Order: sequence, then C-alpha cells, then structure tokens
Amino acid sequence: MKNEKILKSNNIPLYMVIFSVVVLTMPLWLEPIGAAYPDLLQKFAIFGIFAVGFNILFGLTGYLSFGHATFLGVGSYTAVWSFKLLTMNVLPAIIFSMVLAGIFALLIGYISLRRSGIYFSILTLAFAQMSYNLAYSVLTPITNGETGLQLSKNDPRVVDGLFVEVGQGIPSTNLFGLEMSGYQGFYFCAVLLIIAFYISLKIFNSPFGLNLRAIKSNQTRMSYTGYNTKPYLLAAFVISGMFAGLAGGLLAVTDPLAGAERMQWTASGEVVLMTILGGVGTLLGPLLGVGIIKYLENIFSSIGVKELGDFFSFVPDSMHAFVVDFSSLFVGEGWHLTLGLLFMIIVIFLPGGIMQGFDKIKNLMSKKDKE
Amino acid sequence: MESSFFQIQGVNKTFGGLKALNEVNLNVEEGTVHAIIGPNGAGKSTLLNCCIGKLIPDTGTVTFKGENVVGKTAYQINQIGIARVFQTPEIFPELSLIENVMIPAFARRDGNFKLNWFKSLMQEDTIYKEATDILENFGLKDQMMHHAGNMSRGDKRRLELAMSLIQHPKLLLLDEPTAGMARHDTNKTIDTLKKIKESGMTKIIIEHDMHVVFSLADKISVLAQGAIIAEGTPDEIKGNPVVQEAYLGGADDE
Repeated sequence: MKNEKILKSNNIPLYMVIFSVVVLTMPLWLEPIGAAYPDLLQKFAIFGIFAVGFNILFGLTGYLSFGHATFLGVGSYTAVWSFKLLTMNVLPAIIFSMVLAGIFALLIGYISLRRSGIYFSILTLAFAQMSYNLAYSVLTPITNGETGLQLSKNDPRVVDGLFVEVGQGIPSTNLFGLEMSGYQGFYFCAVLLIIAFYISLKIFNSPFGLNLRAIKSNQTRMSYTGYNTKPYLLAAFVISGMFAGLAGGLLAVTDPLAGAERMQWTASGEVVLMTILGGVGTLLGPLLGVGIIKYLENIFSSIGVKELGDFFSFVPDSMHAFVVDFSSLFVGEGWHLTLGLLFMIIVIFLPGGIMQGFDKIKNLMSKKDKE
Repeated sequence: MESSFFQIQGVNKTFGGLKALNEVNLNVEEGTVHAIIGPNGAGKSTLLNCCIGKLIPDTGTVTFKGENVVGKTAYQINQIGIARVFQTPEIFPELSLIENVMIPAFARRDGNFKLNWFKSLMQEDTIYKEATDILENFGLKDQMMHHAGNMSRGDKRRLELAMSLIQHPKLLLLDEPTAGMARHDTNKTIDTLKKIKESGMTKIIIEHDMHVVFSLADKISVLAQGAIIAEGTPDEIKGNPVVQEAYLGGADDE
C-alpha cells in the first residue's frame, strides 16, 4: 500500500499541469469579466507570489506576520537599484531582490521569533513601521524618500554600457532584449508564479512542511518530540520573505519605480486579508484571495454612477434613482465597503475562507451522490 | 559509586515557600520498570518535569548514562533518548493519526532540525511503514486518516504512547498512563506496556492505579511530601507499614 493519502495533493505533475494551463490562459478566461488587461494580470501574478509565500509562514506555522510588506519594499528598491547601476536585464534584479529580502527576513525573523502569538505580530509590525520610516525619510539618499526611487537618464548601468550603445531616453526593463511590459511582462510573472507555486506545493508535501504544521498544532509537544522549533520557524520566515522580495522585485520589473508606501502596514495587512479570504493554509486559497481583492480594487473601483445606471436599466423608473444611488456606495471609491462586507461574511460563515466553502459544496455533492 | 543508567541525586525544588522536592535520590537500572507512587501533591510530576527539562531543580543532578541533563533543553533531552508521555494527552490535534506518529519518527531519524523541504512525504516509505505498524499494534490503524483531536481520551493517550515508542527511546517516562481511562482501556494499555517491558526498554512510571503498578513494576519508590519514604520490590512495598500509613491505607479510606 502506498502512502498517497497523507498527501494534501497526491498527483503533483498533474496538479502542476492544470495549474500552469489555468495561469497561462488567464488572458482568455478573464476577458468576459473585464479583467484581461496586462496591468491587472501582472498584479494577479505578482501578488499571487506574495500571498503564496506568506501562506508558507502563516498557513503552515500559524505565525501571523504583520510586516511582510517590508520585504516587498526591499525587493522593489533592490530591483530599481539593479536597473540603475548594473543593467536593465530583469534576471539579476529579481535575484538581488530575493537575496536582500532574504537577509532582511533573517534579521527581522531572528528577533521577532523570540516571541510567539500576538507579540510576534507586534514585533513584525514594529519592524515594518521602522523600515517604512527609514525608507520614507532617514534613508532618502538610497530610497529617494517621498518621491520614490526612479530611473533616470544619467544612471551608470555599467553592465549595459559594455554591450549596448547608450541610447536616448530611459531604456525599458527587459529579459535579454525581450521587453517586460504588457503581456510579455505578464507571462514572465506568470512563469515565476508557477515556479513559486510548485515550491510551495513541494514544501506542503515535505516532512519539513509537516513539521511546520505540527508546530502550528502544538509547539510544546514538538520540543518534547526532539525538535528545535526555532530554525524551522526561521526557515519558513526567510522563505516567505524571499517570496515577498521576489514579488517586490517583479513590481519594479513591470513598472520600474519604488516608493516607501509599498512598505506601509496597510500593504502588510492586505496580504493577510488575501490569505484569510481565500483560506489560510490551503494551497490555492491565497491565490483566490489575491484574485478577489485585486479584482475589486481595480474593476469595482472604476465603476461609476453611469455604468450602474446602465446596469440597472431594467429597474422601474420610480426605483431607478434609489437603486443606483444605493449601489453606488459599494463601487468606485466605496469598493472598500464591498471588500469589508465580503470579508465579514466569509470570516463569520466560512472561517476557513473560500476554500472551506468549496469543501462544503463538495461534501454536500458527495452526500447527495450516496443517497 | 558507579554511575547507573539513570540517576537522580539530591534534587531539591521549591515553589515559593513550598518545598516540592526534598533531597530526592533515585536510581533506575537499565531494562527495569521503576514505578513512583505517592499521594496527590507528593511531587511526582514535579520530579518528572525536572528530568525532561520542563523544570530546573534548585540543586542536585539528573544524569542519564553519566551525562547531566539538568540545564539541557527539552529537545536535547529527547534527542539523547528520553521520551515522555504526559498526564494530559499532548498530541497534534489538527493532524491525522498517521502524521502524529510520523513526526516523532522523523525526529529520531533526522535530529532536531533538517531542511528537507524538497523531499516528498510520499517517498518516506520506511517511516510510513513503521508508523502504520505501530498504529496497527495499538488498534488505531482504521482511524489513521482521522484528525487526532476527534478521538476519545483513551485513544489519544494510546496515540501519545505510540508517538513515544516509535522513537525507540532508551528511557520512557510515563505520567499516569491510565489516568481517566475506562477499565477496558486500562487493560489494553497494561497489555501494551507489558509488551514493551519484554523489549527491555527502561521505564519510569508514575501511577495511581495500584493494579497497574503491581502488575508492571520491578521496583517501586514511594514519594510523600517531596521525599522518598520507601523503596523496594512490589512485595516489599505491599508489606511496608510506613507506606501503608502514608498511602495505601489512605487509599482504602476513600
């Protein structure tokens, strides 16, 4: 008898093929809901990486970090500096992003993991706020403060200078000549998302991942079982920090500027929301969360009174104005209201996120089958 | 004096003004089952906690094969071969039974930390087989995919015993392994413990249930108010008037 059943997903190759196809065909199946434009698709993929990484820490170990935006910001700054100093090629940029974010995660994680529970969260939040303020004011020579770090014509770009004639204007980010904007940028991010997802899948199915889940379940017991839990937690923290660094680097790849607001606590909070909304500790949940939040943020926020008027044209005239006015509260500027309501409904009725909802439906179906 | 297998020497522990352990000495020989009995509050659990790094004694040493374990962390003590079963079941409630027993098996094989994050659990055939075998021995194999948290208390305790045994510890500390169990479950546990006894594993067992103690122990130490008041074979203890007054007599009155 093989031990398939202990695995969360027992057929990794098949799983990955389906996942890859779904991700790469996003431009097709997102068309009908108006989300198939490169900017938004890139965001889906990039924040997907961010959330998948965050889930390795939060989902597996239960340690809730409120400071992961730090690593996102570090990744962005590093990538932009790599564009400024070395080359517009994106490969070194994202590698540096991950390495530097990893170093930051090692330092912050080492100190924050001295505590658990709420104290851990507060420590990470404190570090994130410190980093944000450093980036915003103190380290202005490195981060360009309020304005944000941008490319300029006078950047040295030493490596590029060796190979290409310095042209007019600011060159664009590229992967060995392939420009990283529009759909090409999306496909680049999508491939990295697929790799990131594969790594997370492997971790979930490894003894290491099992031990992380055990730490979440009963950390004291882990010590009496012979495990030193600190390095496990630190490893998970650094891995998720590097995922965040990669996501930050990719944000700079698709749009080469970096600002301190990327490190603000709201950005850390967003990834927490995404993960909880989709389903903490599930493989696909965080990605669903990303999809929903980024969709609401980009599509709902652009709906105005006019679009609503058209949409509710079937409503009788006497009611029309009221319906339009009322629903306009939830779109445009008010998209946060929709998100808040959705979040409340999910947390109250499905504490396990949307993935729990799917499980419930699946169970109902199989019950019906039996009857 | 030759150092024995497991030795507690001159251990004192005070909580505030309360003297919980008073100059406790204990020698456990390899391959024996040593029971510690005593009334509630005698300091039995405190003594065990001093052996596994949960508490640090104020004075005294605890040596295992000549190595002092006082001051070592819980995981270091486990890694040198001392496993413990707790009074209230300490398991991983959100994980399945099979995962619960595989985790300690990994600890035995891989040490206190290993970043084996690219190896699939599916390739761990040896450990998986060991885990299913031990669950089968404990009659838990049918439920091995269930969450451990949903089991009955008796099953949880037996699961915890399985988690300790899969590590093949050199010394097993059992804190009231049958407390709160139904008679039927108690007998099952005694059978299991007898089986392990044959394997020659050294055990220290704390127990209230005299039936359990007398059917398992090679040697018994009686602890009362933090001090050892008697020590001997089960027969010697049964006939000891001091013990009867302090403990067995008290039990009859209940």
